[in-house]
Amino acid sequence: MPARTVIHADLDNFYASVEMLHHPKLRGHPMAVGGSVEQRHGIILARNYEARPYGIKVGQALWQARQLCSGLIIVPPDYNKYLRFSRLFRSILGNYSPQIEPFGLDEAWVDLTGCLAKHGSGANVADEIRARVKFELGITVSVGVSYNKIFAKLGSDMNKPDGTTVITEQNFRELAWPLPAADLLGVGRATQVKLRKYNIRTIGDIAQSDPNLLKRWLGKWGLFLYTYANGFDASPVAQAGEENVIKSIGNSTTCPRDLENDKDAHIVFQCLAESIAARMRELGLQAKTVQISLRTNDLYSFTRQKALVQPTHLSTELCSAAMALLRAHYRWDKPLRSIGLRGTNLEPIIAGRQPVLFALDEDIRRRRTEVLEYVIDNIRRRFGYFAITRAFMSLDPQLGKLNPKDEHIIHPIGYLRGDAS
Amino acid sequence: MDNSSKVYVDVNEDRLKDGRLVPLSIVWEDGTRYAIDQVLNVRPAASLKAGGVGLRYTIKVRGHKTYLFLEEENGVAKWFVERK
Repeated sequence: MPARTVIHADLDNFYASVEMLHHPKLRGHPMAVGGSVEQRHGIILARNYEARPYGIKVGQALWQARQLCSGLIIVPPDYNKYLRFSRLFRSILGNYSPQIEPFGLDEAWVDLTGCLAKHGSGANVADEIRARVKFELGITVSVGVSYNKIFAKLGSDMNKPDGTTVITEQNFRELAWPLPAADLLGVGRATQVKLRKYNIRTIGDIAQSDPNLLKRWLGKWGLFLYTYANGFDASPVAQAGEENVIKSIGNSTTCPRDLENDKDAHIVFQCLAESIAARMRELGLQAKTVQISLRTNDLYSFTRQKALVQPTHLSTELCSAAMALLRAHYRWDKPLRSIGLRGTNLEPIIAGRQPVLFALDEDIRRRRTEVLEYVIDNIRRRFGYFAITRAFMSLDPQLGKLNPKDEHIIHPIGYLRGDAS
Repeated sequence: MDNSSKVYVDVNEDRLKDGRLVPLSIVWEDGTRYAIDQVLNVRPAASLKAGGVGLRYTIKVRGHKTYLFLEEENGVAKWFVERK
């Protein structure tokens, strides 16, 4: 395969930069974008460079951030604005290649391989993109240029803000290998801890490990990391438009209060399931797999999934699958702070679908539920979400009040799985 | 947060059949109408001073060069200028 030219463009402190552009008075002062305290989504979503010396970090609780920097200005997020800037950003990228793969709102890979004749070298294009984003959007972007997606992403992080970094087949050992292993895409906290046990601290350490050992320690994932660290990653940049193929539909929420037991979780899962099921029906899709994600109040999180006997777009079935997963995998050692539900492995809803064998009564019941849920969709479309809710949701007014479908919850698209939220 | 450098203005405009928009005159906050003598250049740009992005029209008003921005947000297009 001939060498590719891939860039990864990453908008610097995206939410914070957009807010600073719109509010010139914020510039030069430590500021952050944070979720509203009332709903307990009270964490820092983005912060500017002035806030960094104070130790303000993304993911911190707002009260923590205020303790570190009493003068910190915190503004609430405005997702419509960010979506708009994200679109404008992608349309600039689209001038250089049709092969763009967004990664969340503020990052994207672009494959320039076939487009360099027109635009010069990868570094030229990167510089031009930086100049245009600065001029046209009033915010800055950092760009990594390389021959694979992994190093391109690594590069976009090396020279922030507003920098270009080129990682080539010649210099990757000097540039990428000394970096901490955690900088490599795919090395999360858990993997990092495992690697450290074997004294693997840098990307170079991963690259020079025996792949068989990595596989023994980390499973299949170990081999991925070995490939990534050595620059062997050959995963293609998705074609523009491909990101519209929805691979999963999901929602998660930080609850108004910590969840203590199955009953609490049931209420929230039902809220999420109704939103997801309604979106599935809007898109004419049903899920073959259900995935839950749980985060305890000490912020430890994990996901579990299971295949369904029959694909579904019904909220009751999504919810009972979620509850089954929860019961099988969680013992309530700690209260849960946030939970998520996701239908994956999607397929189109087909009118004459195959009934489960020897379950005719079951099938009739299912058809009734289906009709009922469509009717609920209709009522909500006409009269609003809270026009009709399940009785058990009012058992806990605080939890039952969630309306996830209309809330803007934006998740980055997973690198390997490609979920869309 | 009040943003005193961004001034939304009423604009009298021509819509050409090819879709282009030509601003003809601006009404300033005090009600004075200023005729636009010439549009020198149109391109996407950010206004760091006013805080916004859009199509930036470089225009000539009474011999002075200035910028007029067309900002499109949630399907609504509004004109703004930067307060000097």
